[in-house]
Parts: sequence; structure tokens; C-alpha cells
Amino acid sequence: MRIGVFVCHCGSNIAANVDVAEVARQAAQYPDVVYATDTMYACSEPGQAGIVEAVQEQGLDGVVVAACTPRMHEPTFRRAVERAGLNRYMFEMTNIREHVSWIGKDTDSNTRKAAELVRMATEKVRRNRPLVAKSFDINKRVMVVGGGIAGIQAALDCAEGGLEVILVEKEPTIGGKMAKLDKTFPTVDCSSCILAPKMVDVSMHPNITLHAYSEVDQVSGYVGNFDVAIRKKATYVDWDKCTGCGQCMEKCPSKKAYDAFNEGLTPTTAINIPFPQAIPKRATIDPEHCIKFTKDKCGVCEKICPTEAIDYAMQDEIIEERVGAVIVASGYDLFDHSKYGEYGGGRYPDVITSMQYERLLNASGPTGGHIKRPSDGKEPETVVFVQCVGSRDKSVDRPYCSGFCCMYTAKQAILTKDHLPGSQSYVFYMDIRAPGKAYDEFTRRAMEAYGTSYIRGRVAQVYPKGEKLLVRGVDTLLGTQVEIEADLVVLAVGAESSEGAKELAEKLRISYDAYGFYMESHPKLKPVETNTAGILLAGACQGAKDIPASVGQGSAAAAKILALFSRDQLESDPQVAQVSLNRCVGCGKCVQVCPFGAIQSIQDRAGNPKAEVIETVCQGCGLCSVACPQSAIQLNHFTDSQILAEVNAICQPSLEESFE
Amino acid sequence: MSAEPGRELRIIGFLCNWCSYGGADTAGVGRMTQPTDLRIIRIPCTGRMDPLFVLKALLSGADGVLVSGCHPRDCHYSEGNFYARRRLELLKRFLPLLGFDDKRFEYTWVSASEGQRWQTVVTKFTEQVHELGPSQGVEASCAA
Repeated sequence: MRIGVFVCHCGSNIAANVDVAEVARQAAQYPDVVYATDTMYACSEPGQAGIVEAVQEQGLDGVVVAACTPRMHEPTFRRAVERAGLNRYMFEMTNIREHVSWIGKDTDSNTRKAAELVRMATEKVRRNRPLVAKSFDINKRVMVVGGGIAGIQAALDCAEGGLEVILVEKEPTIGGKMAKLDKTFPTVDCSSCILAPKMVDVSMHPNITLHAYSEVDQVSGYVGNFDVAIRKKATYVDWDKCTGCGQCMEKCPSKKAYDAFNEGLTPTTAINIPFPQAIPKRATIDPEHCIKFTKDKCGVCEKICPTEAIDYAMQDEIIEERVGAVIVASGYDLFDHSKYGEYGGGRYPDVITSMQYERLLNASGPTGGHIKRPSDGKEPETVVFVQCVGSRDKSVDRPYCSGFCCMYTAKQAILTKDHLPGSQSYVFYMDIRAPGKAYDEFTRRAMEAYGTSYIRGRVAQVYPKGEKLLVRGVDTLLGTQVEIEADLVVLAVGAESSEGAKELAEKLRISYDAYGFYMESHPKLKPVETNTAGILLAGACQGAKDIPASVGQGSAAAAKILALFSRDQLESDPQVAQVSLNRCVGCGKCVQVCPFGAIQSIQDRAGNPKAEVIETVCQGCGLCSVACPQSAIQLNHFTDSQILAEVNAICQPSLEESFE
Repeated sequence: MSAEPGRELRIIGFLCNWCSYGGADTAGVGRMTQPTDLRIIRIPCTGRMDPLFVLKALLSGADGVLVSGCHPRDCHYSEGNFYARRRLELLKRFLPLLGFDDKRFEYTWVSASEGQRWQTVVTKFTEQVHELGPSQGVEASCAA
């Protein structure tokens, strides 16, 4: 074999404390190495050209690059050796930057370590075999999970791009959090006025199939060919017949159901259409409050429904769909404000969440857009906003900033003044975080044009005093205690991962962080991808974000999928398990351990049981290789002999020199 | 900067590609200084980790072996590290029977974002191996 070794300076990143020329000199002594050199920037255009040239001039059939982490540039160099005419798997990369030059200052030991790492890589490449990717057909349909603004945008963009889209929404209507908002910052335009047309587009688009009140039950398969099972939850109303006329709501005698859309400010009927612009505009029965279900009486809606759509015997239904990619846009939940006992949220009726306040401001809300205190229906004169409720607070395990609360609080303060010109608003804040376009100007406007009083400090306690609430806090700029008699206290609750986010992640085989937000593939360069091919992220399920960022991410995820589906076939990664049929005794251990169901039991021509790998399903973890008592199943590119060659390379006796 | 300057020991690390290798990268990007004894072998998943690799390394003269993967429940391949945990825990208990001090082998979980944790793991393990000194191969005192 003829191996070439290229040791990268990475400017001074590596060369500053690794003697790269010495590493190359030592590498030239290793078995089968016929060419070794150091290069300024191996990844640069001339650097890659140098590798291609050397392969061709020296007749190399194996290449080792010692540079940065393979997690960064392995694909770059694989393409380079491929351009030179080699198989892309006849290449090894070893990390002498993150694992050597950046963590050790001593040039001698760094150089020794780098040389040994190169030796390991050359020993590995000596045992590498050319691997050829197989092509497989893809199904150009997309499932979007979540019908908030991010999911809506992603679905519309995919549909406009000609893809068939399955949109799955767990609530009875799409629209998500944005549908509940009254106005949006910093333009103060009406939220539902800009959202509703998009919701209608979703319902009218010929390429979009909407499954509302549905959840993802199971996902199997791989990029290009996912099999998903969607659970359509029982609504007890036949949506094919329901016209959304709302007569049932008028007549329903059970008026104590929780109104999720209005954040529980007022109760609602057991049969319910969430709001007038709901998409789909269909009724759903809440069996916990429906008298037919609780007492087997009533049945008024069944009698009154002009289209006979009511079906009390309805069961959940499972629908199977086959898609090629999934966009997860499952959104977020709001922090439970009752966790701060000192604020009295949940105990005092006039301490409400920002989302409840949003509903009070909204013309389609329970008060018709008039700000009225929940306790006595009076208009408040003094409104106190408390920021960072469930944000930037380790004591409630929410150390992160939710990002949008500063802005919506400024918006709510402005709207309060618009609705009630005689009112005065106070905002307790920690820091004002307004980094978006025109955001800081907006918070300034709340202070300067609308006279909102901003107090830097935390609130210690809220307690009732007569009809009012006494808010006691601190003004850290003046260094004094502050007491404000408020009529209404609004807690600016932060974002947390949505309920069921972890379970969904496990179904999709994507990872999540300590707080349940989904992990992107790279925090900067792959913000919408996950580590599972074909599964993309959009919106606040990946981390708290505002509407423009969610829309942007929705479009980005759609663009990624349109690019992926611009091909008719995908290439499978050839780093998969392979069975040596001579050695396989058909014990089936590999079949049992495979997490992906990628190994099946077959019979050879003589009728003996054998294992067979389904290459497109195999993800290349290597669990089976270890389980096999015969070493008959080996993971390509990570075989026992390849890994042990690296072990042997480290344990070479020549290393003894360093002990003297 | 090794634990004992000028006297490096042979320590082999088997790191899964998705979490711990990334964690080691993160430590590097953060310039978190570590002892230089460790040589890292990249494997796709700790589930690929045959316990015999550890033995082969120790028998070939390695002074210490460290295996690191994704945190339990956070495996890129959903359950590879559970298998690893079972296999490696068993190996650790068997090592003294086979004639090796079980302190020469550790397995741990470090995610791709935990650069600092990786620095601590490497430093501690390197110190631990240095306390034992160079491996004498199968150790008579342990083989009892």
C-alpha cells in the first residue's frame, strides 16, 4: 500500500506548539507511508489541491490528514480524495488541534502525541477497504409536527415547493400560541390578522393534509422512508359532517369546561370550537365535562346538530403515513407561575399570566377586549408587570433567558395605556433584552411615549390589601424598597419545553437538552438540522424564540427539505454492519440487540439460519458486532481489526523512548 | 502538561463519535488544558465497545483505558450506551480476576457540550493512572 500523510499547520493553531515538520518526518518512517509533508491550511483550496496532486503523482492509495476534528472537515477531505480518484473511505483524519495543540502547551509532548496519533491513523488506513454507497428511492412527502406559526410556515413553504405535506396538530385547531396573542411587537399589528390568512392557506392548499387533534404515535424508518403512525384522537364529532355552525355550543348546558384557548380565564362549553377563526372550524367534545359522558344524560348536541355529526361512540383512530422527512415544530409551553408562591399566582385572581392578559386585551377574548380584573370586573388603574417569571432563575431550574418576555411586556404596557389612558403601568425587570430590529426603540417608546415606569429589581412578595394587591419589591438602581398598590399584577412567564417533548424526541430518535428543548445538529452552522438525517427543527421546540425567528426557522427547515428532495435517490452511508455468512451460526443475538430492526433472520440455501443486514436501515452503531459470539458481523470502517490496529499502534515499543 | 512532567504513561481513550468525541472537541475549542498522556480512538458508539478491546489494550501494555460515551438515555443510537454500561461494568468487576487493577479502567459519560467535564475526567483519570504507575502487565498481586 502507498500512504500519504499531510500534517496541517492550521496557520498557527497547530504549528504554534506542535512541530509539524517533525511529525511529518516521523510519519515518513511508518509502514507503507511513501509520502509525508506538512501543509499550511490543508482544508484550503491549495491545501486540497496539494493532496489531490500528491495522490496522483505519488500513486497513493491511502491518505491521512492530521488537522482539526473530523467532525468538522472529514467530509471536505473525503471529497478531495474522491476527486483524486480514490475511494472516500481510503482516508483517515486525525485530530491534532482540538485534542493536541489546543489542550497542551508543551511542544515536545504535543509533537510526540501528534506523531502517535498519525501512526494510529496510518495503521487504520492500512486496513481500510473501499466502501461504496448504495442508492435508494425516497418518498417525497413531508410530515410537519405542530401547527403553530413555525409549522404553518414550514408546511406552506414545502407545499409551495410542490411537496405533499402532512400537518399534525395536537390541539383541535392550528395557530398555536400566536393565535392567542392580541398584537405583536414591535409593530403592534394585530396577531390574528396576519396569522389567519396563513391558517386559511393551510386549509385550502391542495398539497397539505391537516390532521388536527392528532398526535404522532410511532415513527420508524430512516431518511427518505419514514413510516409514521398518527393517532387521531376522538373528537366525538364527525368532522366530515360538522360545518362549524356553532349551534351545539349555544345549546350545550355544561358550561364548566376548561377553556384552553382563553387560558382558563372563563369556563366554556363541553362541546366547543376554540375561536371563530379556528382551522379547521370544527367542534370537539370534552368528555370530562360532557353530561352525556359523565352522567349518560343530556344529548342536546346530538338532537340539535343539523348535520347529525355527533358521535358519542367515536374511538381514537390510527392513520399510517409514509413520508421522507419530518419537520418538528412542536412549540413550547409557558412556565407554571404558581411555582413562585410569593407572587400568589393561582391564589389571587388578580395575579394573572401574561398570556391571560393577552386574552383580556384581545377583542375575541372573554371580555371582548376590555381590560377587566378577573375578581370583580373593574378596570384596573395601576398594573404591575413582573418580568423573568421562570426565566434566568436557577432556583426554579430555569437559568436561561426566554428572550421574548421583555418585548411582550413592553407591548402589553403600551396596549394598557391605549385601552385605559388613565392607567399607570409599572414594570419590574432584571435587564431589558431587546436585541432585535426596532426592538430597543420599542421598549424606549413604552417608557418615554407611554410613561411606563420601569423599575430595575425583583419583586419579593405580592399580597392582598383590601381590594388591591400590594407589590413589594426592590429598586436596585435607587437602592430602596418599593411598594406599589396594584389593581392587577401580570407575571411575564417564560418559555419551557412543551409537555410530551421528550416522549416525542424518543419516538423521533432526536436528542434534547437538560430542559427538554431539542438539540440542533450544530449550534451555529446547522441550526435546523438534528443528528437524525431527515428530521428538522423549526420554532420554539429548539429553544425559546419570537415569531420572526420561528417563521425564519420554519422556512429554513422547508428549504433544507426541498434541497434534500431535489434528488430522486439518496445514498446510504456504507458504514454499516456486514455479515460473514461462513462464520454466522444464526444464533440471532444481533437481531435482538439491534435498536433499529435492521437485522433479520434468514435461511441460506441449505436451510441454515443466518443473519442479514438491511443496509438502508442500519445506522452503523456496531452493537451487533460486540454481541456476536462468532465475530461474524462486523461494522464496516470500524471492524475489530481496524480498531485493534489503532490500539497496537499506541502500544508500539518505540514509545518506550519517552520513558527514558 | 502531564500529571508527572516528562513521564507520560500510555492511556487509551475510546470515545463515541457523537457525544464524548464532541465533548473533547469542545474542551479543545475552549483551550481547556489537559494532561497529554491520552490517545483517543474514535468509535461510532460505546455500544461498539467490545470489552475485549480494553483487555487487548491492557495486555499490550497500556497503562490505562478510558471509555466515554453519551449520557444514558441520550444515545445517538437510542440504546447503545445501555449495552455499553452493562458490558463495561461487568468487565470492570472482572479485571482484578484477570490480573489488572480495576483503577486502570474507567467508563464515563460526557456529552458534546460538556467540555469542562471532559477536562475533569481526563485530568482525574490521568492522575489516577499515574498513582498506579506504569503497568507491569498482569499484576501478580491482583491475580490472586
